Amino acid sequence: MLKVHNLKGGYGGKPIIRDVSFEVEKGEFFGILGPNGSGKTTLLKMLSGILPFDEGEIVINGRPISDYSAKELARIVAVLPQHAANSFSYTVKETVSLGRYAHQKGLFHAWTQEDENLVQAAMKQTGVAAFSDKDIQTLSGGERQRVFLAQALAQEPKILLLDEPTNHLDLSYQKELLDMLKAWTKERELTVISIFHDLNLAGLYCDRLLLLEKGTINVHNRPNEVLKETRIREVYRTEIEKHPHPKVPVPQMVLLPKWGAKDKKMRAVIEPSLLDIKKEHVVLRSPVPLRTMSSGVVGSGMGWHRIFVNRHVDKNYHCDDHRAEMVQYLKKHGFDPLDTVGMMTAVFLEDVSYKMVSGDGFSVLAVVTAGVGNAVDASQSGMHEYAFAPGTINTWIFVNGEMTEEAFIQALMTATEAKVKALEFHGVRDAVTGTGATGTSTDSILVAATQQGKMLEFAGTITPLGKLISKAVFECTVEAIGKTKKRKEKCC
Amino acid sequence: MPNSFIRKFLANNRFSAYTLAAAFLVGALLLGISIGTVSVPVPSILKIIGAEMFPFISTDGVDPMHANIVLNIRLPRVVLAGLVGASLAIAGAAFQGLLRNPLADPYTLGVSSGASVGAVLTIFLHISLPLIGAFTLPVLSILFSFLTIFFVLAFARKVDRAMKVETIILTGIIFSSFLGALISLMIALTGDELRQIVNWLLGSVSMRGWSYVKIILPFFLLGSILLMMNGKELNAMSFGEEQARYLGVDVQRRKLMVLTAGSILTGAAVAVSGTIGFVGLVIPHLTRRLWGPDHMHLLPLSALVGSGFLIIADLTARMVISPQELPIGVITALIGAPVFAAILVKTRAERRG
Repeated sequence: MLKVHNLKGGYGGKPIIRDVSFEVEKGEFFGILGPNGSGKTTLLKMLSGILPFDEGEIVINGRPISDYSAKELARIVAVLPQHAANSFSYTVKETVSLGRYAHQKGLFHAWTQEDENLVQAAMKQTGVAAFSDKDIQTLSGGERQRVFLAQALAQEPKILLLDEPTNHLDLSYQKELLDMLKAWTKERELTVISIFHDLNLAGLYCDRLLLLEKGTINVHNRPNEVLKETRIREVYRTEIEKHPHPKVPVPQMVLLPKWGAKDKKMRAVIEPSLLDIKKEHVVLRSPVPLRTMSSGVVGSGMGWHRIFVNRHVDKNYHCDDHRAEMVQYLKKHGFDPLDTVGMMTAVFLEDVSYKMVSGDGFSVLAVVTAGVGNAVDASQSGMHEYAFAPGTINTWIFVNGEMTEEAFIQALMTATEAKVKALEFHGVRDAVTGTGATGTSTDSILVAATQQGKMLEFAGTITPLGKLISKAVFECTVEAIGKTKKRKEKCC
Repeated sequence: MPNSFIRKFLANNRFSAYTLAAAFLVGALLLGISIGTVSVPVPSILKIIGAEMFPFISTDGVDPMHANIVLNIRLPRVVLAGLVGASLAIAGAAFQGLLRNPLADPYTLGVSSGASVGAVLTIFLHISLPLIGAFTLPVLSILFSFLTIFFVLAFARKVDRAMKVETIILTGIIFSSFLGALISLMIALTGDELRQIVNWLLGSVSMRGWSYVKIILPFFLLGSILLMMNGKELNAMSFGEEQARYLGVDVQRRKLMVLTAGSILTGAAVAVSGTIGFVGLVIPHLTRRLWGPDHMHLLPLSALVGSGFLIIADLTARMVISPQELPIGVITALIGAPVFAAILVKTRAERRG
């Protein structure tokens, strides 16, 4: 469809673009990326035929671009400008109708029924038909953008060129526009070539990306290849991190702000003095948001949280929607549910057990409440009916240090293994199978890190962090089970 | 837009737009011919003109003196005023579309200054070319307007190969200032011709006769047809030259055509009537507000309204301090400038609101 070979050129004899070669296939969504001044717009202007180039060639449909007359080119290539302005009050329809210019014939450009139909269809597709008689100057930026998109569509192009099409649009219009373009590449094999400022939008929608750096191609490949952390850091000279998109398999780049990086003022250590132990709940309020991974009733998954609540409920507690009830409870007690990881237990909270252990430049605080009335042997869990019974081990692990995602997951394993050993220490048995229990059916866990101080890459059992976690969790769990046992013996 | 209802009503009915504009022109023509130191009744005017065109219409009951006044004095005068008004208005409409600036007018490009230099030079040096004699002034005016646009474009191209609108306007201003200084210089050095030069500069369509009509007519036709052929292109170019190019317009060629046609029209108008300001500025603006910016219709409608307007302006110029006459440029400026200021304020207020 479009071939660019060894392109070189720029303004006033100074080459801005050098050695640029690539091909774009029919129906492809092709993104051009690059920092300011890397030559993106210059390249697009050359592709659209308005900027002559010094060397190399651009071939469209097998013919060099210079062979095309303005009208012939306009029948194949349409351009959606960044912001087209007009000082006059044309109506939406008049504006869209201009898209037919290249297809009209004769000295006075007779307007045919076909022209009319195509203009109406273009207005319908972009959702501007409803205000076809309105003055374009009275429209909002997003509406105007769609009018010019309709104009470009009325041109019946095979290739659509866009220069940062989402620049002046708010979030919903950005998505709407790109969804529309993406659909057209599939439905009518429209080839879309677009400059993107936003790497994430480019990653979401483009089939292939071209990354320009100082006028030459740095890389040209699939988004996953182009959007590499180190590459983007080098080309854009800024701190970013790559994360997978939560719903679709494309990479997303996240900016790392200066204030997030090791701010001395925000130094905080999570220690036992922050714990507030009451009959109805155990609360820990952190002075800084902590990176968390948890299975709480509220605030589960990965996140950032400041408040940690382990709430006592009656052992006959039953509720259809315990999550909503928990949110209500948190609100009632002045904890912002969005900022909180919340757990429940029927264990008496006076029996909570906590332990602070320190390593070289980092420390771990473990907080455990443990009831074993519902103990289960994981290897025999097939024997159990699904039922909610009281008796839960809730484990909190606070790490004063910076953990990787890998370390978070390893911390979960380490803590679990330590818990199993604590149950074994007390000889807790599965009531159904009579075998040794590995936990209870409703156990919950939280790992929270300050993300300040020492970098802790791993948390396997014999790593420095893993050792502290196993020790703290094992000892706390043993102690907590012991306390609960004692209380039972006393009352019964 | 407060007049959107009116505009919509009028735009939906192109026929009514043309009818209204033509009626305005015919009304202005009849008024212009009828009113004067000797008043000629409208039926007589119709009979006199009818008889000239169709021999079977009799002029019975018409004062022969009236026939003389109408055919030899008033008719050529209003026709000339009409043609000058139409030329300036249509050229203004085209320049505004091309330069994407509703505040632009034929004078922005320095064309009228060029034409003025040609005319003033003729008076100052008493030039009289062989063969054309009395027409030396208009011919030199048109020639100079051509030369000016040629130099302006060549200079602009030299500065900026893409010939951006901003470059052209700036070049036009530079040339205008320079040519204006030349005119001032000639006025300062002149003795006896001072009044003649100043009068010409103020602009007038009086006592020119049919010969001047014959001078401007071919240029008017040529320029207008050239512009009408570029109606669609002007629509596209008013969205910016790059956008026009994307839409398939051969911008370089079309721009040259519009500029040439515009300078033909302006040059010819300045040549026969002197500098008459504000017509090329106000009339297209007014027409656009009434009937929309589509150049396919804006150009002819501007021509109709512009010619009617200048006939009325000329009528006012000769009636206000009758039997003496005011320069017509004074009237157009007195009417045009406040109207334009009002439009400007309104437009800005709307855009802000």
